[in-house]
Amino acid sequence: MTGSQPLKYKAEPADRLLVEPLDAITLIYQRRSGITHMVAEPVPEILTAMGSDVLDANAVAIRLASQFELNDAEAIHIVAARLEEMAALGLVERVHA
Amino acid sequence: MHEFRVQVGPAAFRIGSAWKRPLDQLAELYRDYPVPEVPDYSVRLKAVSFWRRFIRPSVAINGDYMLPDAAPLPLVQGLLAAEMAMNLQMALGWRRHLLLHASAVEKNGRAVIMTGASGSGKSTLAAMLGCRGWRLMGDEFVLLDPVTGELAPFPRLISLKNEAIGAMQAMALDGRFGPLMTGTPKGNIRHLVPARDAIRSMAEPAQPALLLFPSFGFEPAVREISLSEVFMRLTQASTNYVALGERGFTTLTRFIKTVPARAIDYRDGQEAEALVDRLWSELA
Repeated sequence: MTGSQPLKYKAEPADRLLVEPLDAITLIYQRRSGITHMVAEPVPEILTAMGSDVLDANAVAIRLASQFELNDAEAIHIVAARLEEMAALGLVERVHA
Repeated sequence: MHEFRVQVGPAAFRIGSAWKRPLDQLAELYRDYPVPEVPDYSVRLKAVSFWRRFIRPSVAINGDYMLPDAAPLPLVQGLLAAEMAMNLQMALGWRRHLLLHASAVEKNGRAVIMTGASGSGKSTLAAMLGCRGWRLMGDEFVLLDPVTGELAPFPRLISLKNEAIGAMQAMALDGRFGPLMTGTPKGNIRHLVPARDAIRSMAEPAQPALLLFPSFGFEPAVREISLSEVFMRLTQASTNYVALGERGFTTLTRFIKTVPARAIDYRDGQEAEALVDRLWSELA
């Protein structure tokens, strides 16, 4: 994080992923790395909500809140943690201003 | 160097050997199989060293694909060395299909696939069903076509281990067994030649219709398995899922989403056959 600017993220473009929902688990095949990720809610929902925009955790949480019943304060915390995990997997990229 | 060639399903092998005897055994056991002109793989059975060709002869496996630390086998197990080498070429080199470490049998163009750890009985079950009205498609590898989603047969010799040898000797014809090899790394092993119709129709694919995860040695039971667990188990059972990349992913996900799967427990062949028949009529 730089200064007071919140960290922003960009999702891997949808055409570079193959997404197969199974049950509680969704498979995401990443064309760039050839890796299959097994992920649970809310990871697929975060990717869909982000689209091709560059967003911080707060903005992603607001978009998710419009689809799901979420407590705002808790949602930001959860989304921020998931975004960092997704960045480690390469499913989203940290965007530095 | 002596040479033997054999076509098993879509794969053609050339096996060279410093000794004639293992190749004579292969030629006898693979007598009903076609002989290919151009092999996909070359396998060589070589002496560990020059002198070991004559003194306590010991077979080292050599081929297009190798495991660097594979232990050599005594010459009396040369047939086993050849079979292991052929498996290794498939496991490490085959790219035309998604490979699953599993057995399969077919009826009316539709197949039951059985997969599980070593000792689960998948090989014996397939051999047994192959003597009871099903066509054996393979006891070691199931080959899934990435384009059509169909199974390609790979009916190589059935490798019977320990108790399975006696069970199958009571069921299959005398002339279709190889020599009994004792004290191998997997215990006693005896090969069984698949039924003639399984060899004759080894170019005919089948539609996968039922996936079973058998476990030997438990009270008979049937359990449902979640799709994600099926996916995880099958990626572990596949030797080339990662190597196939996107084709592996699309082939495997299509398979698990269209083929019903169950885990079955059984204590003997009769129980297993009854469970397979029941699930076949209910689900397939």
